[in-house]
Amino acid sequence: MMLSTVAERIYWTARYLERVENTARLVNVYANLLFDLPRAVDISWYSLVELNSGVTYFEERYKNKDERNVIKFVLADLTNPGSMMSSLHQVRENIRTSRDVVPIETWELVNELKMFAEESIQSGINRGQRHEFLDSIIKGVQQINGLLGSTMSQDAAWQFLRVGRNLERADMTTRILDAGAAFLLNVEDDDTANLAQIVWGNVLSSVSAYVPYRRTMRAAVKGGEVAEFLLEDKYFPRTVRFCLDHMEDAVGEIPNSAAVQKSIRSVSKKAFDQVDYDKLDQHFRDYLNDLQLDIASLHTAIVEHWFSMD
Amino acid sequence: MTIDWKGYELNDTFDELMSNAGNARAPARRLVSYLGSLTDEAIEARRKMAEVTIQQMGITFTVYTGEGNIDRAWPFDIIPRTISAKQWETTAAGLKQRLRALNMFIDDLYHKQQVVKDGILPAHILKESVNFRPECVGVNPPFGVWAHICGTDLVRDKDGQFYVLEDNLRVPSGVAYMLENRAITKRVLPELFEKDFILPIDEYPSRLFDTLAALSPRKVKRPSIVVLTPGIFNSAYFEHAFLAQRMGVELVEGRDLMVADDNCVYMKTISGPERVDVIYRRIDDLFLDPEVFRKDSTLGVPGLMRAWKAGKVGLANAPGAGVADDKVVYAYVPQIIKYYLDEDPIIPNVETFLCEDEKQREYVLANLDKLVVKPANESGGYGMLVGPHATKKEREAFVGLINANPRNYIAQPTLALSTAPTLVDGGKLEPRHLDLRPFILQAKDTYVTTGGLTRVAMRKGSLVVNSSQGGGSKDTWIVDTEARS
Repeated sequence: MMLSTVAERIYWTARYLERVENTARLVNVYANLLFDLPRAVDISWYSLVELNSGVTYFEERYKNKDERNVIKFVLADLTNPGSMMSSLHQVRENIRTSRDVVPIETWELVNELKMFAEESIQSGINRGQRHEFLDSIIKGVQQINGLLGSTMSQDAAWQFLRVGRNLERADMTTRILDAGAAFLLNVEDDDTANLAQIVWGNVLSSVSAYVPYRRTMRAAVKGGEVAEFLLEDKYFPRTVRFCLDHMEDAVGEIPNSAAVQKSIRSVSKKAFDQVDYDKLDQHFRDYLNDLQLDIASLHTAIVEHWFSMD
Repeated sequence: MTIDWKGYELNDTFDELMSNAGNARAPARRLVSYLGSLTDEAIEARRKMAEVTIQQMGITFTVYTGEGNIDRAWPFDIIPRTISAKQWETTAAGLKQRLRALNMFIDDLYHKQQVVKDGILPAHILKESVNFRPECVGVNPPFGVWAHICGTDLVRDKDGQFYVLEDNLRVPSGVAYMLENRAITKRVLPELFEKDFILPIDEYPSRLFDTLAALSPRKVKRPSIVVLTPGIFNSAYFEHAFLAQRMGVELVEGRDLMVADDNCVYMKTISGPERVDVIYRRIDDLFLDPEVFRKDSTLGVPGLMRAWKAGKVGLANAPGAGVADDKVVYAYVPQIIKYYLDEDPIIPNVETFLCEDEKQREYVLANLDKLVVKPANESGGYGMLVGPHATKKEREAFVGLINANPRNYIAQPTLALSTAPTLVDGGKLEPRHLDLRPFILQAKDTYVTTGGLTRVAMRKGSLVVNSSQGGGSKDTWIVDTEARS
C-alpha cells in the first residue's frame, strides 16, 4: 500500500538527493581541471550554468559571468531552483512530509547535511577549501543512500526511490559528458591531445569511474571510449545504460506498471543508435541533448501514471 | 564553579525540585546532587549539546506571524522536572476518572441530555455552546466514547496540590514533544538514566495505535489507520508526522482521501483506492467535511460525516467531542463526575467564576487586577488577560469585552503556579513557572501517559507557558523513589 502523494515525494527525494551529489560532482570536474590544466588555458566557468539549464535565471541576477558568480549561483543561490542548496532544501521538505516511509535516522542525517552545508557554504564558494567542501557533501549524500540501502524496507517506496535516483543519474551523466565535450570545444590550445586526456580523465574521476573504466575498456583515456563507457557500460552504476536497466527493473516491482515499463524499454532500445564516438563535436552535444529529452519524457510518463490521480 | 543550590531563590511557590534552599525533594535528590557535581562549563556544554541535538533531530514547531509562518527550533530546558511515582498514581487515577465522566457526559448530550433534564447543566449553556454539533445527535460511536485522546492541563498551587486547569478534547497536541524531550534528555544527561528509577514513557505510540485500532468498523487483523493532517503549514505538523511514523501508519491530507458511493473512506494509492478503517484526525470539526460544515474547507474530505454516521469509519476524536472542551462547561465538571460516576473528583478544578452569572460577574469586574480572564473557546493562550500583569488600559478593554458577551468569559484566581529550577542566561538556575499536560486515551481501555509534557514560562515571573507565546519545555520524570537500588 502506498499513497500516490507519498510515492511522488519519495521519487523527488531521490531525484533531489542525487542532484545534490551530482551538482557537487559537476563543480568538482571544473575545480579539478583548475589544478591540472596549464595556466594558459582559460576555463569558461559559465558552461556550468549552461549545463544546468540555468541561463535565464543567471542572467536575471548577475552581470559578471565570472567564477565567483557562477559558483555562487550553482552551489549556494536559493533563488536558483537548480542550485545545490535549493536541492538540499527540497530533499529536506520532501523527507519532512514522508518521514513515515523512510528509516527514522534519515531525517537526522538530512538535517545534519543541511546544517553542515549552511555552515560551510562559504568554503565551497572560495577556491581554497572548495574540493574539501564538495567532497564532504558527496560523502553526506552517500551516507544517506547507505542508510537507505541497508535499513529501508525494499517495498514500493524503495522502488520509487530507485526510479528517481536512476532517472536523475542518467540525466546527470549526459550533462557531465557534455561538460567535457563543451570544454574542449571552447578551448583553444596547441596541445589538444594532452589537454583532452586531462579533461576526460577528470570527467571519469568526477563520477568515480576512472578505475572501472580502465579495467573494463583496457585502454588509455580517450574521449570516444570515455563517452562509450559512460553511456553504454552495463555494469558501472552511473552509466546511462545501467540507469535505464535499473529503472526498468524497479518499475517492474511497482503495481500496475506495464505502460511505464514499455516507455522505458522504447527509450532504452534506441538510446545509443545515433551516437558517433569518433568525433565528439557539436553533433555529439546535440545527441546528448536529445537523450536528455527522452529521459525527461520518462519522467512525464511516471508522473502521469502514478502521481496525478484526479 | 558549580551550581549553588543554597543560593537558589525560592519564591512563594511550590518548587518541584527543592523543598527549600539547599534541600531537594525525594524524587529529585539524585538529579540535584548530580547537577551540583557538574562545573558551570560542563552544564553549558550539555545545554549546547541539547541545542545541537534538537537541530539534528529537526524538532520544530511553527509560529504564525504577520510576515508568515516560521519554523522554529523547539525551546527546551535541560533541567528535568520530577514527580514521585506515588503521587503520579493518584493523579493518573484522577485523570482517568475525569475522562470517563466527560465521555459519558458527551454521549448523554448527543442522546437523551439527561444531565440537562436533571438540572445539573443549565440548558442555556448547551444551547449557546459553539462546539455542540447538532449534526452528531443520535450517533453511536464505539464504546460510547467521543474523546479518545485528551490532553488535560494540570497546575500545582502553593500547597503542592494538582488542579485541572483545562481539558483539551478537540485536537490536543504536544505528545510528540513529550517523547522527544525524553530522547534529548537521554542524550544530554545519560548518567542519570543509569542511576535513577525514571519510569519510561515510550509506549505511548503503541497505546495510541491500540486505541485507534479498537475503533475499526471492520474486525480485521490489521485495520487500516491514517493520521489526517491539515498539512505542513499547521503548527503541529511535526507531531502529526512523528505520530504517523511511530505508529507505522499513513500520514494523509484531505486530498489523499475520498468517500465513495458505498459510504466507505478510501485513500488514493499507487494501486488504486484502498479502504480506510480509522482516521486520527488532527483537523478541527468545522474543516472536516465541506458537505456538512464549512463549505470552503479544502483541508477535509467531502462525505466524511456520512461515512462516520454510517459506521463505516472510526474518527478520533469524534466530531462534536469539543462540546465538553469549553471553559464554561469546565466549571461544571466536578458535578458531572459526581452525577455520572457517583464519585468525588480525585483532582479538583481551579476555582472558576462564570461571567454569565450576574453576581460572579460583578466580583470578576471588581477584581480584575487579581484574576486571570479567559475566553470560553480559545486555545493556545490567545485572548487572555492576566490581571496582575496587565496594564490599566488592557483591563479596561476586558471590562468592555466581558460586558458585551459574558457567556464567552470565565475568570480564575491567579494561581502561584509551581516552579522548577531552569537554566537562564548566564548559566544560572532560577525558578520558572510551569504546568503539566498529561495525555489520556480511552476506547475499550483507558490509559494515561507516565507524566506528560511540562511547559515552562521562560521569562522571569511570567505565567504564560504556551510555546506560541514564548514558553519552553522540560522533560518530565516520574521517579520511583521506593524502588531498590
